[in-house]
This record gives sequence, structure tokens and C-alpha cells, in this order.
Amino acid sequence: MEETVYNYKEDFELFDDDMDKYEYIIDLGKKSVTLNEADKNETNKIKGCQSSVWFVVRKVDDKLFFDTDGDTVIVKGLAFILAQIYSNHTPQEILDFDREKLKILNLDEIISPVRQNGFTSMLNAIYARAKEEL
Amino acid sequence: MSINEIRDDFPFFKDNKLIYLDSGATAQKPQVVLDVMHDYYTKYCANIHRAAHGLGNHATKEYEDARQKVADFLNAKKKDEIVFTSGATSSINLVAYGFVKDNFEHVIISGLEHHSNIIPWQITEKALHVIDSKEDLSVDLEHFKSLLKKYPKSFVTLTQTSNAFGITLPIKEMTELAHQYGCKVLVDAAQSAVHTKVDVQDLDADFLVISAHKLYGPTGIGALYIKKDLHELCKAFQGGGGAIKEVTYKNTLFMPIPYMYEAGTQHIAGAIGFAKALEYIDTIGFDFIQKHEKELIDYAYENLLHVKDVITYGDTLNATGNISFNIQGIHHQDLGILLDKQKVQVRVGHHCVQPTMQSLGVEGTVRISFGVYNTVKDVAVFFAALKRSIEMIKA
Repeated sequence: MEETVYNYKEDFELFDDDMDKYEYIIDLGKKSVTLNEADKNETNKIKGCQSSVWFVVRKVDDKLFFDTDGDTVIVKGLAFILAQIYSNHTPQEILDFDREKLKILNLDEIISPVRQNGFTSMLNAIYARAKEEL
Repeated sequence: MSINEIRDDFPFFKDNKLIYLDSGATAQKPQVVLDVMHDYYTKYCANIHRAAHGLGNHATKEYEDARQKVADFLNAKKKDEIVFTSGATSSINLVAYGFVKDNFEHVIISGLEHHSNIIPWQITEKALHVIDSKEDLSVDLEHFKSLLKKYPKSFVTLTQTSNAFGITLPIKEMTELAHQYGCKVLVDAAQSAVHTKVDVQDLDADFLVISAHKLYGPTGIGALYIKKDLHELCKAFQGGGGAIKEVTYKNTLFMPIPYMYEAGTQHIAGAIGFAKALEYIDTIGFDFIQKHEKELIDYAYENLLHVKDVITYGDTLNATGNISFNIQGIHHQDLGILLDKQKVQVRVGHHCVQPTMQSLGVEGTVRISFGVYNTVKDVAVFFAALKRSIEMIKA
């Protein structure tokens, strides 16, 4: 997980301004899977976001995989980043990963305080699902 | 007077590259407003209506002069028709509890109301009736008449100008109709008063609310106009110092309005700043303001027509103060973020009119709203930033 975070950090450092970072996030959002309508339900919806975001969790061989979607392309990109960081890990590995380590991505520079609340809600959902799957 | 001279009055715009198109949320403040508030806090800070000393008298005089200024601005007959509140929201809530709660069963509103003109009627458990809007979002006057016939002697409470879509209601005509059916009328002029002359006598409003911060004044203060004839029917809403004639353990004798509704130490500096902001508007004049803002609306409308897949709402060309839109296939929140990163400040979201948004089948919109300090260049920069945002998302 930490390695994926560092990879994103390096990617972000390539950009001189926020608009380029956003272009990158938008591209990630466009690349991410689109959930089918049935999966975009209230159970999978992340509470506390300004726009709609959905996380679907799959468990394969004791590891969790997160498929994400959102109705705004920027949030979809941010959700995709989180999904890439936390997917393919066991619930215990996720719970052991200190979310403070995400701070090196400096996401607070590119998302507004309101958005940060939504970002925290997404993280909370990941850790909650990992706890359920222990 | 030029727009550049006006902009120079606002410290916010000095050395600031931001394009501010969110005056519908709150307007920037001219230096003269900040100066008078600073003077109060540094030269004659004292409580009002209490002290026997000179400072207190000075502060009281400035505060009461501010009340007179608000009365003059709204063309109220008497200054005691003006109650200082914390803003339009608290004014509406005051009316809900102090007047409507015990006197009315039915409340009639338009389909364009801000949440602050919906929720108080739900909390006070009134039967709420919503006037239909036409396809262009104008009010359906025939439906209004049918509601008045069905629910005479109701409380009618209407926004003069929609905060989300800039649609202006024919308030004078609606007030006249409502009075024919024995109704009382509250006018929410929070959005309109900065763009157009509001005259409580001409509108024949029974109540009217405004917020200082949308009028180039400070936050946390507003005014409620209550027609003198209705003062006897209004009941105390909050108890406290400054609102009473006499208190015993058995009973309280309240002061008359406005003091009955100004319990506790008031936002004295705010009232003084509020009055100075109204004076500032007077010095510019509504003829100038309306002509200039119409140019901005026309220019924005013309540019908006050339934006591919744009969706507008209502009679945008004749909008007052703000324009709302969406781009087909793009979420308004994405546009808000990308515009912000290009130093263009707009508001995106439901603008506190969720029921209206629901009726339009949208979650929200992008809203650009104007102050007298905005320029055609601001609007041009906005459209350049919008174009770049759309290209980024649709690429």
C-alpha cells in the first residue's frame, strides 16, 4: 500500500500546477470501471460526500478489491486512487495501514475542505469494510 | 463614476487576481463599511440603550441612526418598523414564531423559495401550499389565485428574486391579490434588495426581510420590516435584556417593537456597518447598478448561448443578479472545482433550494452571481475558464 502511495506521490510531483493534477485525476476517473446500475445502490453508496460515490467490495482469496464509481469525474478519479492503494490486500493489512501516510499525497492542496470530508468518508468506508471482513 | 473607481472602494480587489462571481452568497465589503465598524470598536465601543455615560449614548445614537437608515432605504414609514436581526433567515424564523405560529394554519409559498422560507413553516407545523411554477420558472398566478380562494386568510411568504435562478416574482401584484383574500404577506428581499429599489410601501408588504452581507454590509446582521399596523399582533419571541419594560418573578412587560425583538446585546458594529453599506449603495444609485448589472447579464447570456450542451433555467436573459446553468453530461461539482483552480469563484450545488431542483430533475447547477464591482472582463475570464474546464472533462 505504501508503495502505491509513493507511486502516486511521484506522479503528482510531475505536475507544476493544480490544473495538471486535476487533468491526471480526471483521466484516472475516466479509466476506472463503471459499476452497473444495480451496484449503485444505497448499501454501496458512501455517506457524507457532496456527490454520489459508490464502493463495491469483492473478496478473492482473502484479499479485498474495491471497485468504485461516482457521478462526478473528479471524485471518481479520487475514489480510483484509493481503490488502487487499498485493493489486493487482506482486511488485516488494510487495518494495519496508517491512513496518515496518505498525507504525503498532499490531497488537501487539491481538494477543498468540503471535498476532504467526502474523502474522509471514503476512507472510513474502506476501513469499515475491512473490519467487517476480518 | 466608473467600475474601476467602484472596485477601488473594495479592499478585496486590491492585488487580488481572483474573479469573484459569488456575490449572491455574500458580497464583498467596501472600505467605508470596514472603517465605521473599526471606529465603533476603537473609539466609542459601549453597549446601547443601557448606559448613562457618553460613550453609551454615542453608540446608541449610531445604532438608532442605523435603524433610521434601514427604514429610509426600504421607504418604511417609521423607524420602529425596522427590527435588527442576524439576517434574513432569523427574520423569517422570528415571524414564524412571533406572528404566524398562533395566527395562521396555512402558509402559501412560491416554488422558488430558499430553504429558510420553507423549514420554519415545517417546524411550526403549518399546512404548506406551493404555488406552481410555469415552464420558464415564472410563478403561475392562476394557481396562486386558486390557492388564495381555497385558503383565504393564509400567510403568504414569497421571495422577490430567486437566489438560485435570478427569477423575479411580480411581488406587488401578488401582495395585492393576497390582501384581497385577507392574507398577510412576507417578502424575502435577501437577494433582490442589492439589485433593485425595494419599497415596502409600494409593495404593500406586511413583513420584509433583508441581510446586510448581501448588500455590501457585514455578516451576522439583517433587518426585518414589520408594518406598524401589525405590531399589536406580534408576540415576544425571545426574552432577555433590552427587550423589557419590567420583569418580576411573576411576569414580564415587554417593550414595544422593535425593542421587544432585540433581546440581548445586539450586533452594534454590524448595524453601523449595515447602514454605511446602504449609504454606499445610495451613492452609486440603483439606476447605475441596474444598467451595469444588465450589461453583465446580457454579456453572460450571449456567451452562454455559445457554450455547447448548455442547459439554462427560466428566463435567463431577464434574470436579476444571477444566472444558473448546467452542461449536459458534466457534473456541476466538477466544474466548480476546476473553475476554482483557475481562480474563478462561483457557487455550485443546490443553492439551498432542493425542492426547486427536485422539480427540475437536477441535483444542482453552476451559478454565477454579480455585484456592482464585477466587470465584463470578469465574465469573459469566467467563460474562458469554463471552456477549459469543459474541454478537460470531455477530452
